[in-house]
Amino acid sequence: MELFLTAILILAAAALVTALLAALASFCPPSAANCRTANCLGSCCAALGCLTGLCAVAAGPWDATLILELPWGLPAGALVLGLDPLSRIFLLPVFGLGMVCAVSGGLSLRHTSPREHNLGAHWFFYLLLLLGMVVVMSARDAVLFLLAWEIMSLAPFFLIDFNDGDSKVRDASWVYLVAAHLGAVALIAFFGLLWQSAGTTSLAALQGGQALREAGPGVLAALFILAVLGFGAKAGLAPLHVWLPEAHPAAPSHVSALLSGAMINAGLYGLMRSLNVLSALWIAPEWWGWSLLLLGLATGLMGILKALAQSNLKRLLAYSSVENMGLMFMGVGAGLIGQSSGNAWIALLGFTGALLHMLNHAGFKGLLFLCAGEVLHATGTVHMELLGGLQKRLPLLGAAFALGAAAIACLPPLSGFAGEFVLALAMLDGPSLPGVERQMGLLLALTGLALISGLAAALYAKAYGITFLGEARTGFAANAHAASWRTLWPLGLPALACVAGGLLAPLFFGLASFTALNAAPLPDGLMAGALEARAQVRGSLGMVSLLGAAGLCLALALLLARRLLLRRRGAPVARTAQSVQTWGCGFQAGTPRIQYTDASFSEPLARVFAPVMGLRVRRRQVSGLFPDRAALNVTAPDRLRSGLFTPLFEAVERLCNACKIIQHGKIHLYILYILATVVGLLVWGLHT
Amino acid sequence: MTTLLPTILFLLLLNNLVLLGMSRLRGLIRLTAFQGILLTALLLCLDHALLAGAVLLIKGLLLPGLLMRTRKGLHAATSLKPRLHRGLGILAGMAGLVFSLWLEARLLILPDLFPPLLLPTALTTLFCGLILVVGRTTALSQVIGYLVAENGIFLLGVPLMTAGAVWFELALLLDVFVAVFVMGIAIHHIGETFESIDVGRFRSLRD
Repeated sequence: MELFLTAILILAAAALVTALLAALASFCPPSAANCRTANCLGSCCAALGCLTGLCAVAAGPWDATLILELPWGLPAGALVLGLDPLSRIFLLPVFGLGMVCAVSGGLSLRHTSPREHNLGAHWFFYLLLLLGMVVVMSARDAVLFLLAWEIMSLAPFFLIDFNDGDSKVRDASWVYLVAAHLGAVALIAFFGLLWQSAGTTSLAALQGGQALREAGPGVLAALFILAVLGFGAKAGLAPLHVWLPEAHPAAPSHVSALLSGAMINAGLYGLMRSLNVLSALWIAPEWWGWSLLLLGLATGLMGILKALAQSNLKRLLAYSSVENMGLMFMGVGAGLIGQSSGNAWIALLGFTGALLHMLNHAGFKGLLFLCAGEVLHATGTVHMELLGGLQKRLPLLGAAFALGAAAIACLPPLSGFAGEFVLALAMLDGPSLPGVERQMGLLLALTGLALISGLAAALYAKAYGITFLGEARTGFAANAHAASWRTLWPLGLPALACVAGGLLAPLFFGLASFTALNAAPLPDGLMAGALEARAQVRGSLGMVSLLGAAGLCLALALLLARRLLLRRRGAPVARTAQSVQTWGCGFQAGTPRIQYTDASFSEPLARVFAPVMGLRVRRRQVSGLFPDRAALNVTAPDRLRSGLFTPLFEAVERLCNACKIIQHGKIHLYILYILATVVGLLVWGLHT
Repeated sequence: MTTLLPTILFLLLLNNLVLLGMSRLRGLIRLTAFQGILLTALLLCLDHALLAGAVLLIKGLLLPGLLMRTRKGLHAATSLKPRLHRGLGILAGMAGLVFSLWLEARLLILPDLFPPLLLPTALTTLFCGLILVVGRTTALSQVIGYLVAENGIFLLGVPLMTAGAVWFELALLLDVFVAVFVMGIAIHHIGETFESIDVGRFRSLRD
């Protein structure tokens, strides 16, 4: 726990120093020295703090529950920090990704002009975001949790607004701020109601649901709905996901990676923590599980279909994050269903799958966002229709992206497979539930999961294929700067996580299942079944890992053998293998224009799902005998934003403007308001 | 001396109602001066001779004198257009009186703290001052309204006075004096800048 506190103190001290540097830069004329110092100090201290934090999380036995209580000056709440398995597993991505993104951000910002950006402020808010996330995931008191949550929600606003010269970026950061605060409103109501009905703000006292034993089912239901609204807004649960596809493309890439890989997990963490508080053992009503499952399924399907229609690489990744959060919520929903119907297999594997997928998602999504950032740095754009053929120009970056894409597309030896495999196993046991409607429900969810996974594979085939394969479509890709290993080395850690998450899947499954059993304890009667299920799944995951490792070794050996053989014969590569244009389709003189485009990739799917998902397809086909101009355009305007949120907020704005009648500038009438209020209060206070 | 107290309180109430019905600025200022003199008499009744002198000096002479000087300097129209009809103003004052009597019955106060009728008179004076502020349009009459309201607060404070609190009251008086002084200057400048001291026309200052 001392090590954990040291990590927090390092981050806080660095935040203080960068704040001073930021103040200095805003009062004095901008200097390159200040900028460089802030960048070096901010990124190094953030990385150091995260490394210390990682050591603190990994040190000691995983199941040790540590509590640290410090003096607290406020009348309500307490400054209590704690580490238990659930906190540890969610802190892993925060610290790991925090470190990688700090180093990568430091490298990518090192040539920033001090006139354009105040890097001291940027790193201050980055450190503040890290601190906020760390405290959120270790707070053991509701008031402390809410305070940290606010810090964690506010800091990204300034991080997203980094390129504030662009009006789209400003717009995106405002959308983020509004969404974050709407979620916070629900959370404040949640904790207020919790405090009122349980009489304490200590999360440790609330744990296990003992404190809420007397609360009626209505209160519990209200608490559950508020928690889903508040934490779902952070996690990007549909229809509260609208901020994600706006904020992630607008933010600098190291920030989007951290937001997407670690911050939105806070929503899942909060939900699991509050479920632990709300449902003592097996008394959670069954509809909670089904509604989470359904919400998760809808979010996943919506996210993946929207992602398929995007042509902006970072927006595509943002929608993919929405989809993955949907999968995790499905897992939690399945776990709850298993708990309430007394099925150890579904309960254990549902929660474990959600946690395992969360860990793996942090790895590959961090890698992919950082790769997208490097693509932006090298070419100046992330619009896929302007790119292509980057694999030849940026082979290292292409390999890293391909690895991340293969992992997120659930290809077996890599990390994405493990989490979704466990989730699928959980739902596969649906037929053992009582009642045909439950069996049908889980099997349909399994079908949905399979569909989402398949679409994810198509999505990343598109993302990698259009961006990195084929020929350069425009000058952006043709004139890409080379990216040396000096700037790419921070990507090594998430890339390693993608491979390790697959090859060491039994180990991570063990951690996640242990955490799941600790955070969502099963009644004693089901414990034996759960342990058996754990051993069984660990065995099959071990087999997959073994086969995967063997396959990887075989591929590596073949590559090595090929190289050795070719070298021994002394033949130049050109003579043995003929080089042709990719996707030449048999044309003698192919041009980049006859390649697949991102729209042609998504057009077949759009044909099936267009009415459901609001995809808009504009097609101008060739007619007549001779070739003519043809065009295809697939867009996915967010109907929820234009159809639900925009009218809603416009109505609120009109209402607020209507209230301006009482602000008319007549001073004596203002005094009349005061007089009327005083008299009214006197009458109200004394009439009894 | 205490036999005079009800008479003084009655005169104060009457003064308040007449203030609400007065249409000319000069008359308003004179009535304010008279209210200061009534307060002095009341303090004498309650054996606060030192404070009575200070009150006579400030509320009876200095403030009305200042207001009179400002009025002359402004050359403003001597007749006031009330926003609230004068009859309505008096009616509101009476409603204030009734509300004060109701409040007196409701408020939990130590039994022998207030001499009879002092609390409702004080509250009515306070309300009448505020009604004056709300109902009149010129800035100068608003200053008078604040003065009258302050008189009400002052009256509420009188029975609570012990030896130390006299200094508190004197400090309050000084405060009001400075405030009126500053407002007098400000109104003079406003009158010069906007060629009117009708507060309705200050609306252009809002955001």
